[in-house]
Amino acid sequence: MPTRRTILLGVGGTAGALVVGYALWPNGRIAAADRIDAATGEKFVTNWIKVANDDTITVVIPHCDMGTGIFTSLTQIAADELDSDWRRMRAEQAPPDTVFANGAMIEGFALNGKTVPPFLTGVAANTFRFMAANVSIPGAGYVPQITGGSAAIRFTGMNAIRVAAAAAREMLVKAAAARWGVSPGDCTTKSNRVIHAASGKSFGYGELAAEASSYDPSSQPQLKDKSKYAFVGKPVQRFDTPRKVDGTTNYGLDAKQPGMLYAAIKISPVFGGKLKSVDESVIKGQRGIRHVVRLDDAVVVIADRFWRARDAVAALMPVFDDGGNGKVSSSTITERRKAALNGKDIKSDVKTGQGAAALRGKIIEATYQVPYLAHSPMEPMNTTALYKDGVLEVWAGTQDGLGGRDFCAKAAKLPIEKVKFHLTPMGGAFGRRLPGQWNYLTYAVLTAMKVPGVAIKLIFTREQDTQHDFYRPNVMSRFRASLDKSGMPVAWVNDYTTDDDPNPQAHIVYDIPNQAIGAALVPTHVPTGAWRSVEASWHGFFVESFVDELAHSAGKDPLEYRRALLRNAPRHLATLNLAAEKVGWGTPLGAGRARGIAMVESFDSIVVHVAEITIDEKGSVKVDRIVSAVDCGMVVNPDGLKAQIEGAIVFGLSAALKGEITIENGAVAQSNFTDYPMVRLAECPEIEIHIREDDGPVGGGGEPGVPPVAPAVTNAIFAATGVRIRELPIKNHPLKV
Amino acid sequence: MTVRLKVNGVEHELDVEDEAPLLWVIRDEIGLTGTKFGCGIAQCGACTVHVNGKAQRSCVTPAGSVQGAEITTIEGLSANGLTPVQQAWIDHQVPQCGYCQSGMIMAVSALLAKNPHPSDDDLAQAITNICRCGTYPRIRAAVRELAKAEG
Repeated sequence: MPTRRTILLGVGGTAGALVVGYALWPNGRIAAADRIDAATGEKFVTNWIKVANDDTITVVIPHCDMGTGIFTSLTQIAADELDSDWRRMRAEQAPPDTVFANGAMIEGFALNGKTVPPFLTGVAANTFRFMAANVSIPGAGYVPQITGGSAAIRFTGMNAIRVAAAAAREMLVKAAAARWGVSPGDCTTKSNRVIHAASGKSFGYGELAAEASSYDPSSQPQLKDKSKYAFVGKPVQRFDTPRKVDGTTNYGLDAKQPGMLYAAIKISPVFGGKLKSVDESVIKGQRGIRHVVRLDDAVVVIADRFWRARDAVAALMPVFDDGGNGKVSSSTITERRKAALNGKDIKSDVKTGQGAAALRGKIIEATYQVPYLAHSPMEPMNTTALYKDGVLEVWAGTQDGLGGRDFCAKAAKLPIEKVKFHLTPMGGAFGRRLPGQWNYLTYAVLTAMKVPGVAIKLIFTREQDTQHDFYRPNVMSRFRASLDKSGMPVAWVNDYTTDDDPNPQAHIVYDIPNQAIGAALVPTHVPTGAWRSVEASWHGFFVESFVDELAHSAGKDPLEYRRALLRNAPRHLATLNLAAEKVGWGTPLGAGRARGIAMVESFDSIVVHVAEITIDEKGSVKVDRIVSAVDCGMVVNPDGLKAQIEGAIVFGLSAALKGEITIENGAVAQSNFTDYPMVRLAECPEIEIHIREDDGPVGGGGEPGVPPVAPAVTNAIFAATGVRIRELPIKNHPLKV
Repeated sequence: MTVRLKVNGVEHELDVEDEAPLLWVIRDEIGLTGTKFGCGIAQCGACTVHVNGKAQRSCVTPAGSVQGAEITTIEGLSANGLTPVQQAWIDHQVPQCGYCQSGMIMAVSALLAKNPHPSDDDLAQAITNICRCGTYPRIRAAVRELAKAEG
């Protein structure tokens, strides 16, 4: 049976015709874009590029804003190709319409060669169904508007918006040249004008847009040389910042509709459980309560105000069955993981040289484990939905607007034309709002369908948000290795558990001649999903911990050891060396202090973190400083990239130090920031980021900073204390200097 | 069941229970949605407002308990234009998703009103708001700059 990952690869195969260049829209689709999204005085020239008659250029972005700043970065790319004045650049969210489906994403993933990204595996089936259920766009297949996989710049930016902007410039030049009866080669562009230097004539882009859009776009326009970029590579300020410091950005939670009601929900605590009964009499007569809605696995209370709905649903005490999962706990899951790694059903993913047969002499063995983790973005899940006169209208933050619209249509059993979807800015996502994790849409839509005629805003409390997430999986990984006489590994054998398919992120860049890497499938009833950096978040910890263990076994410095293993990986080596140089690796630190290093490549970017820690007399760990080196090929917005790496470090630290979702009696034991705590300002280390630019492939920025955090810290803890932490989080381990 | 609140200088007479959480009264009765819901138990600080100039977590503040107080939300922080804190947030490009930043800015503004030159330790002690995007390094940089400023 094909796995979800191979199904998606198959889709990539059918889109193979797009290998050369990026398919620009035929004119018919441009006209459709104009009908849907061009205001008076605006005209689409090519995909994503809209020109107004005051020469302003708007980049229509087939992604969402969840905080990473891509609206600004993608606009920088377009501004350079169009020789625009920055003050006349705008960015706008693409409507959730099939006309604005983003082919570049799936294309990028498919053509990138290696494999389909793991963040899509949880959604591939859904995406595939979505594609199959809708009219295919000739030449491009049907692909929605996913934001994820650290892909906005490297795929949409480099393969779609850059090409579309360059083609638009060519078409604007062609239109001007035709008016003047001169050769396009004699024209130049500057500050939103086409200029014919010989005659001194010029036209603004706005005057040319209509004619320009009538030409067939070239799928291989002349792209600007990197050395001529005016905006790419510069720390441009984000468009969205002013509205994020004065409280005027309207997130999903802030949706307002006339007469709107509010809903609170209680979902079956045990995943897979169903609602058996609910006694409404206990809330009878409470102020503002309008409806109690029974769903298959949840009960929803609708009231005139949220706090009234919240208090009422808390008082209801609904009864759920446990779906047969009531006896599952973290300990039973761990036992199953152990049994699987000791069993025979391990699917081989990598075998080089003699594989496991090369294990000889003294074998070094270690088993690691990471817990489930919730995403816990600051804005709890919420959706506002209104079903009226046969039309469903939805306001929600999702990491795919068009996919979200389709999902709501299917949940409501309506044709997609009968669904209006308003994609809102998101108060964080980190994977939580990806397709495949849309329980908050489902509950809101089903509720709205049962109570038509009025807008209902369903808000998860933090407790429901924590207990009904799609978690970063709990994973166990076992390594065995043997070393040669000089202490270098000759055999690397790694088996790990997985909830679905083998993880490409378990593959290693280190030069070890005999490797055997395999995966044991151990699905559980706990829903899992992509969590910022996905499988790199666990394999980064496993691999970088075990390499560190091997270095110490060999009596070698962990940095030198990695250097020796990277002799055939010059980019990795250079990034490693940059971090080591900047942190002053080898210079002495005070008592109780130590450094740890870790390097992970993910999403085509290489990130090295060196953590400096202090263990105090009570055994608590303080991370004092993290020095980071990043190589993501070309950088569009260096300040934006730094912000993403800083954020990834803090995100990774919360997980490494404290993060743990456990299962008791089939349900999540944690509920809020009291028992699922986060790093706050007092625990935030000094962070220094050094960017290494090279001509490598353009890598992602949002996620690759996360994976090396945990191993950098645990490797430092080993250096300080001799304690090797093989199970996260760190808080569970007693330490002393 | 009338609660009288003065929010951003405007008096409101509201038909709500005394124990109604100030956060939801501000958002859903008065309609000011710059103040955010994050946890509901005073852990994360996304709901921070000023009550008589002091930072307070509105999600656990009963509306009836702050009658007669001067309540300020992010919308009322500045009468015109941006405050120095908001400007520093732009200069340092602090926000990512931005959701926690209303609360952060309110908390930092209250700190600076009391202590115009906070040390890093003062800041870390006073600001316990959670930001999941991890903007703390930039908040620290912005406050270091504000702490150096005259006045």
